[in-house]
Order: sequence, then structure tokens, then C-alpha cells
Amino acid sequence: MTIGRILIANRGEIAARIIRTCRALGIETVLAVSTADRDSVPARLADRAVCIGPGRSIDSYLKVGTIVQAALGVRADAVHPGYGFLSERAELARSCEEHGLVFIGPPASQIAAVGDKLRARAEALAADVPVVPGGPVAGVDAALQLAERIGTPLLVKAVGGGGGRGMKLVERIEDLPGALSVAAAEAGAAFGDTRLYLERFVTRGRHVEVQVLGDGRGHVVHLGERDCSVQRRYQKLIEETPAPGLSDPFRRRIHAAAVRYAERLDYRGAGTIEFLVDARSESFYFLEMNARIQVEHPITEMVTGIDLVAAQIAIAAGDGLPLTQSDVVSLGCALECRVNAEDPARDFMPSPGRVDAVHWPTGDGIRVDTHIEAGSTVPPFYDSLMAKIVAHGADRSAALGRLLRAVEDTWVLGVTTTLPLHHGILTDPEFLAGGVDTGFLPRHLDRARAPTETNRG
Amino acid sequence: MTLTAKDVEEITRLIEESSFDELQLEIDGMKLSLRRRGAAACEAGIAPAPAPPPEPERARPPDAPPTVTPGATDADIRAVPAPLLGTFYRAPKPGAAPFIEIGSQVTADTVIGIIEVMKLMNSVRAGESGTVVEIPAQDGALVEYGETLLRVRKPVDT
Repeated sequence: MTIGRILIANRGEIAARIIRTCRALGIETVLAVSTADRDSVPARLADRAVCIGPGRSIDSYLKVGTIVQAALGVRADAVHPGYGFLSERAELARSCEEHGLVFIGPPASQIAAVGDKLRARAEALAADVPVVPGGPVAGVDAALQLAERIGTPLLVKAVGGGGGRGMKLVERIEDLPGALSVAAAEAGAAFGDTRLYLERFVTRGRHVEVQVLGDGRGHVVHLGERDCSVQRRYQKLIEETPAPGLSDPFRRRIHAAAVRYAERLDYRGAGTIEFLVDARSESFYFLEMNARIQVEHPITEMVTGIDLVAAQIAIAAGDGLPLTQSDVVSLGCALECRVNAEDPARDFMPSPGRVDAVHWPTGDGIRVDTHIEAGSTVPPFYDSLMAKIVAHGADRSAALGRLLRAVEDTWVLGVTTTLPLHHGILTDPEFLAGGVDTGFLPRHLDRARAPTETNRG
Repeated sequence: MTLTAKDVEEITRLIEESSFDELQLEIDGMKLSLRRRGAAACEAGIAPAPAPPPEPERARPPDAPPTVTPGATDADIRAVPAPLLGTFYRAPKPGAAPFIEIGSQVTADTVIGIIEVMKLMNSVRAGESGTVVEIPAQDGALVEYGETLLRVRKPVDT
């Protein structure tokens, strides 16, 4: 079907990002906004904005019925959920399906399949994609036996989980029963699902994910990988593509595994398959699949020249895959810094408030995805992402040089940001050497004790 | 040249009848921007029915609703905002008499309409007492959260 009008059920930079592509495609946009976002940049960029509720996301961006009612009320053809919020709630996709709205994402059944981590693991095994040793928890005694087999350290994870919630690290087997009850309580509160599973905790791993596009009929292409190992408590801070230091055969094995996995699901739309990678032993393990556009998608767009949001819309409209594997050619290297309104010196405490003045960088190979301008507000209700600064270059050192200069060119007055931390990482010899593991950021923070510069005037 | 209130009314009517959602007009440094039910609502503070009424959160110049009775001040007029987004119905069922009309006396508990969200019917109460002087919300139309459903003039003697 032809999509002429899209309701965007999101906010912030991703709302602005989706509007940009819709404009290029001649598609009208209606942005669902909370009262806190009524005067935001994306509300102004959209052809129309409809207020869906008060600031707290539980009263606005997380209300499935309200979003669908808004889409029907403005006569939208389709709903784009962005990332976070309702993007991976099968309920929204299902409700759209029931009301004749195109959901720009996978079918509800696929969201449910990959959202259930145990099911996702089983699908990986069936697709001959390696998984971390582990298994489901069926009672404390069985869990203890399983834990003996897996060995410590191990992770207790929530079947319905994600984002680190409901996840517990267990160093000693005797700590397992306690960790199980805490994790089950957390998982029940956060996801309404107390089921747990165990996985060996791989201490020195890298987080590498593969971008795929599927047509829903078994055809899948990949757009290369992204290395997201610079993270703190599962929150990514810097991402890059390609992942540094992987041999080409190893890289191709990872891509092929991701494609096999998505093909097995007959996956439809844009998705990301996350792997834990040990570059030295050239081994990798399936972690999970994200059934949505990712925050870090721009680095893939920079090296491939492919507009992933446009691809999502084309696939959702039933046009099939807009490209074949041989159309995907990656050139050079791209890195992204997430500028958050957080204070690294105070354990990354959110620093919402009014942005008095701001300067975003420009230049060759620089892209900034943001919804923040002078006078914008970072509301206390949502995540603190203010902007993504992306740099592209012919190779990693060229891209790194551009990104460092771009970060130096950026200033934000009024709220404290992660910019000084980015500067520190981009000049850290360990990061510059490439191929850091997920333990890098904590090590860097220990070494640097995080620059304490604040911009609050 | 400048725009008179009558010009603005005329332009508003043209937009209402057209298929356009937005108009930006600049004449000799005067800027008029009209938008159908948009969050970035018109800067000129025009609130013609059935275009969106001014949003309560937004500080704007005093906008005099057309049906204000002489003598009443803005302070006497209270807007009743939609408590949620949905389809607004003025009557309990199609063909039935509306819950309220202009001139109706309401108290805080008076049901003034229904907002439907995904087949769920939510009664909306006035939350104010007084006389209904304007009902900007259209029957069967989408109302946004916080959109003004009606305006009530407070009783003079309280």
C-alpha cells in the first residue's frame, strides 16, 4: 500500500530523524507529543503534532490505545515507533494490525519471538548460530546443577528482559539462590515476567552487532556490523563500524550467522542481531535481536549510503527489500558519540534542564542527529540523549580525527553533558589502538577519574 | 498594509475550507501562521471553531473567544481541557440530545461529553461550575490531550 501519512510515536532526535526521511519521500508526518515536548524541535518539524498526554511516558508515549487512537484520528496510514518506548511491544504492532494501520517494524509475532530471550536463544540454536553456554532456570535446585555445569562467573537474566534490568552477576555458586530471587522480583516488576535463565558471563568480550533488513518472506541482507563495546552498565556511549581488528573471514562468519538467524524468522523490517565476540579466539555468541531501528544506525548509513528509515518504510509498505546484498558496499569507517545530558563526574547523574546555548559541529564527513537547539529543554521524564555526533572518514584514523575535532567544536551551555568524557575516550591510547572490550569504559573512568568540567554557568 | 481582524477571519475561513493544514503569511513584517490542530499553533492567537483552541499550557496574548458576553473578563472564563486524547462525543449516543449546550449550567461533576479511546468510553466532567459560553470541540472529532472542550463563565456572585 502507499504510505502517505505517518504517525511518529516517539520523541527526541529519532523523531527528527524520521521526519527528515519522510520529507525526502514526500510523506506527511504527525508527531505524537507529550505536554513536555509540545514546543520541541521535532514538534515544529512535523507537519502536525498531536498532544497525547502529560510528560511522564507512562501517561503518554507508553499508552498503546492512545497512540493507535491518535493515528486513526489523524488518518495516518502507518505508525513509526522509533526506538525505546513502544517500539518492541508486540501489543502496539498487533493493535496497528487490527486497526488497518501499517506498523513500521516487524509483525507482532516476530517482536514477541525475539523479545522472549529463551525463545530467541532457541531460534539461534536452530539456525546454527552459537549461543553462550546456559539455559532456563527451572527451580533453585535445577539452577544450581545448571550453574555447576556452566561454571562461574555467570549471569542471571530475565527471559522478558533487556537493557540490563533483571540481570545479576554471580561470582560464587552459593550466591545463586539469592540472585535468583532478586532477579525474579526485578524482572516481574519491569517486564511482568519472572522467568529467568542462566548464561556464562564472558568477562572479556566485545559487543558486535549486525544490521539486517528482511522482507518478511525469507530474504535478508546485512549491512555490516557495528562495534558497541564502549558501554557502561549496558548503555552504549560510542559506536563504530567496521569493528576494528577482525579478520575478514571471521567478520563474514558473523554476518552470515546474523543473516541465517533473521532468515529463520522470516524477519521483516530493520533489525539488529547482537553478538558477544572474542576476537582472539575468533569465537562469537548470539546475545539477542533488536526488532527496531537502533540509536546507532547512522554509522551504518554513513558507510553504506543507505537510508535505513527509508528502507523500513519501503518494507512496511510491502515494496520488499529495496536492495540486494551486492548493492551494499561499505566505504571507510564511521564513529558515533552519544551526547547525553548526564554528569560523568557524578556517576552519570541525569542533568535535565534548559539549554541556554549550543553549537553543533559541521564539516566534511560530519553528521549530527539532534533535536536540541538554544532554548530547548531536556525534560526529566525521558532518556538523556541530546545528540549523536557522527564522523565518517576513509579509514579509522581519518574518522577518529574528524570526530575528535567535531567534539572539540561542540559546546552546550545550561546542562552538563558527556562531551568531556568523549574527548577523554577519543584521546585514550587504548581506544585509539582499537578493538576494546566492554570492560574498557570502566577502566577508562578509573584511570581518568572522568574530567569534571561542567558547563553549568 | 496591515491585516484587520476581518481579514484574518476571512483567511482562516479559506484555510478551513481548503485541503491545506498550514499557512504561513508574511506581509510587511507582520507574520501570520495558521495551522490546523498543530502543537505549534497559530502565533496570531486565532481560535476559530472548529480549528484548535489555544492550548492551556502555552502563554499567549489574551484571546477573546467570540461568544464572550459583554462585561465578562477573561478571568471569569475557564477552559475545560480534554483529560485524554480520543474521539469527543457531545451526546451519550448518536441522535441523543447533547449532554450540554451553550447556556447550560454546569457544576464540577456535570458530565459534559464522552471521549472514546479504543472503544473505551470515558465520561468527561466539567470540573468547573458556571454557564457554558462556548463549545469549541466538535462532535465526533479527535481531541488532543489538554485541548479545550468548552469554556465556562463562573457565576458572578461566587
